[in-house]
Amino acid sequence: MKVSELINEELVVTNLEVDNQEKVFKILFEKLFKNGYVKESFLQGIVNREKSFPTGLLLGENNVAIPHTDAEHVLKPSIAVATLAKPVMFKNMANPEEEIPVKIVFMLALNSPHSQVEMLQQLVSLFQNENILKQILDAKGGDEVIEVIKKCNINN
Amino acid sequence: MSGRKVVLVACGTGIATSTVVAERVKKLLEDNGIKADVIQCKIAEVASKEADLLVTTSILPRTYSFPVVNAMGYLTGIGTEKIDNEIIKHLKD
Repeated sequence: MKVSELINEELVVTNLEVDNQEKVFKILFEKLFKNGYVKESFLQGIVNREKSFPTGLLLGENNVAIPHTDAEHVLKPSIAVATLAKPVMFKNMANPEEEIPVKIVFMLALNSPHSQVEMLQQLVSLFQNENILKQILDAKGGDEVIEVIKKCNINN
Repeated sequence: MSGRKVVLVACGTGIATSTVVAERVKKLLEDNGIKADVIQCKIAEVASKEADLLVTTSILPRTYSFPVVNAMGYLTGIGTEKIDNEIIKHLKD
C-alpha cells in the first residue's frame, strides 16, 4: 500500500490558519470522522498520545508532525494532511523539552502496522526530501498535494 | 544469554515509527549476518520484557537493564550510519 492510496482529497486541507495544535487535531479529526475512517474516540486518543509521546519531527527548514494513536480508534487506514499558513508549535519527538515550529501535519489513522510498512517507509523518505516538502507546502489545494505525493511514489 | 539475540524496537504506540525502524533494523542485521529476533512493541511494554538491546524513537520513561539506541535519525535521515554502527556494536559483543 502506498501513501497516495491512503490520502484522498477530502482528507487534505491546505494553508490552514490556526494558532494551536489542538485546533489542527480537531479539524483533521473531523475530516476523518465524517468520512468514516475513525471512531469518535480517535480525537481523545490523539490528544493523549501527543501529551505523553509528542510527534514533532525536527527536519530542518520544514518540520512535520505525525500525530497518531492506538489502532482501536481506527476503522479504515488513512492519512489526513494539513499544510499550515503559519507554523504551529509541537513538542519534538526526540526531545519533549523542546518545541519546534511545524508546517505540515500528517495525521495517521493506522490499524495494522505490518501491512503498512511500505507506506510508512515512503512517508519517512518523503520527510527526508526537502524539495517534496516544499512542493507540498506550495500546493494550492488537496488535489495538488496528492499530485506531489504521487509523483514522489513514482520516483521511489 | 546464548544463541539468538533479542532486539526490541519501541515507540509510543508501537504502530507507526517503530514499524519503519523495525524494518530497517531487520535489514541491517541480515546484511551483517547477525541472527536476532526483532520484536516491535510500545515503549510502555518494554519494562516487562528481556532483551539484548532496545532501539527506540521514543523518550524513555525509565532506565533499563539492557543498552538503548536512539533511532530518531532513521526518521529524520540525520546520522543514520552512526545508528547502524551503534546497533551492530551492541549485538556483536
